Amino acid sequence: MRAAVLSPNQHLPAASEVPRLLLGLDPDGRPVGLEEHLSRWGAMPWQRTRMTLIDDLASSGLVGHGGAWFPVATKWRSIRGGGLRRPVVVANDAEGEPASSKDELLMACLPHLVLDGASAAATALDAGRVIVYAPRHLVPIVGSAVAARRRRGFDPVDIEVVESADTFISGQESAVVSALNRNAPLPTFQGKTPIRTRGVGGRPTLVQNVETLAHVALVARFGPAWFRGIGSDAHPGTMLLTVHGRGPGPRIVESPLGARLGDVLGLSAGVAGRYRGVLLGGYGGGWLPAQTALDLPVIEQAARHHGTSLGAGVVVLLPAEACPLAESARVVRYLDQQKAGQCGPCVNGLGELADLCTALAVQPARLSGHLQPLLDTCALVEGRGACRHPDGAARFVRSALRVFGDEVTAHLRGGPCAQVGAPSVLPGLRKIDLGARSRPVRGRR
Amino acid sequence: MKRHLRLVVDGTACDGHGVCAELFPEHVTLDRWGYPLLEGAEIPPRLQEHADRAVASCPRLALHLVEVPG
Repeated sequence: MRAAVLSPNQHLPAASEVPRLLLGLDPDGRPVGLEEHLSRWGAMPWQRTRMTLIDDLASSGLVGHGGAWFPVATKWRSIRGGGLRRPVVVANDAEGEPASSKDELLMACLPHLVLDGASAAATALDAGRVIVYAPRHLVPIVGSAVAARRRRGFDPVDIEVVESADTFISGQESAVVSALNRNAPLPTFQGKTPIRTRGVGGRPTLVQNVETLAHVALVARFGPAWFRGIGSDAHPGTMLLTVHGRGPGPRIVESPLGARLGDVLGLSAGVAGRYRGVLLGGYGGGWLPAQTALDLPVIEQAARHHGTSLGAGVVVLLPAEACPLAESARVVRYLDQQKAGQCGPCVNGLGELADLCTALAVQPARLSGHLQPLLDTCALVEGRGACRHPDGAARFVRSALRVFGDEVTAHLRGGPCAQVGAPSVLPGLRKIDLGARSRPVRGRR
Repeated sequence: MKRHLRLVVDGTACDGHGVCAELFPEHVTLDRWGYPLLEGAEIPPRLQEHADRAVASCPRLALHLVEVPG
């Protein structure tokens, strides 16, 4: 491996501290302009980017933060080797998960960090097009950031901005490519010609999450050794978390990888009893018992060991008063509503899962004491979609049955609990009606 | 060169006609909704002819043979 040779850099921030990506955040939430951005981080080293960025990304150990946790250098190398046509780079800001808002924060407040990363990718891959795929409300911010860069001739390849679809699955890579090719924003079968070979306009295409690109912008400037100055050897760097349930509204926190989640959230081990459970990874992730979650190191492998995923960094603390089965049923109904509707097992299975989870929450007698139909349907949808949407739904259902076993038993034996008709405390699910009536609350069963 | 192949289905194209399970029951069964469940293993040479026929006969062209990596 080549040692990183860096010229002395007056802009070099402390490698071992957080915030890192969020260091330049304006306290009032205004987008940071190009001048201010460059005075904080320094110029982009385009020449070095072209020569060594992919190797530097490999040494840095950077992985994708859109939810798949795939090594960035491996992905880029597969695209560089994709053929003779110049590739397309897509900065993916379609954050369909209603519980996630870290990508929105990055693009709304630190657009130039993301755009630096996109242009770095284009430089390293010799791409002919760069497209930012962003939700409607962010298009003006991205547009004026791009215009400021254009005036200075900053980017080697001009950056296009395209409005994204606003569905749950709109950010799935092949759905992004499909939308950019003016087809429906739905996932496509990747088994014959993956997008890394034939994507936007038939060209090899890199679709990379915007947080990942922000990390790339810093690796390009400060090198892999700096990047590895925080986190652990096996899991270097930081990640953004969207946290719900700590105060009003979502909070975005930058966590070193490997840190104890409770420490990142400012929660001591003694407060686990305040929470019924913790949802990691959003609605395609899964539940953990509160104590397990607070003690969890912020590492994807640790989350997977417990049957869930950090995904794109969603953390939802469920208050002890909530009915976890009613909340889970709403999530599964939402996932059913948000399916693309293309693959038979998902079309049939997710509706069944939503019906069974709703029954477990509000009319458990309908299940006659049996959970096996739920588990059977999970097994029938897993691994059978063009995308991972059904897999996420099945993982979510399995985690609910595992983590809320006591509540499941109580519902099956004694009927729905008193809290089942309470309004949802999960983000984005208030409109989902389980058909439950609120009953007078006399404490939990 | 010997090719190592297995079946994959394009779920976005498949309508559950069931021709594949009829022609190649050794590797394809149908779930309770009528969609194919594929045996993920490599197709042995003695069954190659049946696999090819199933792929060619799919009315939706949803069944594909892909190389097993490695």
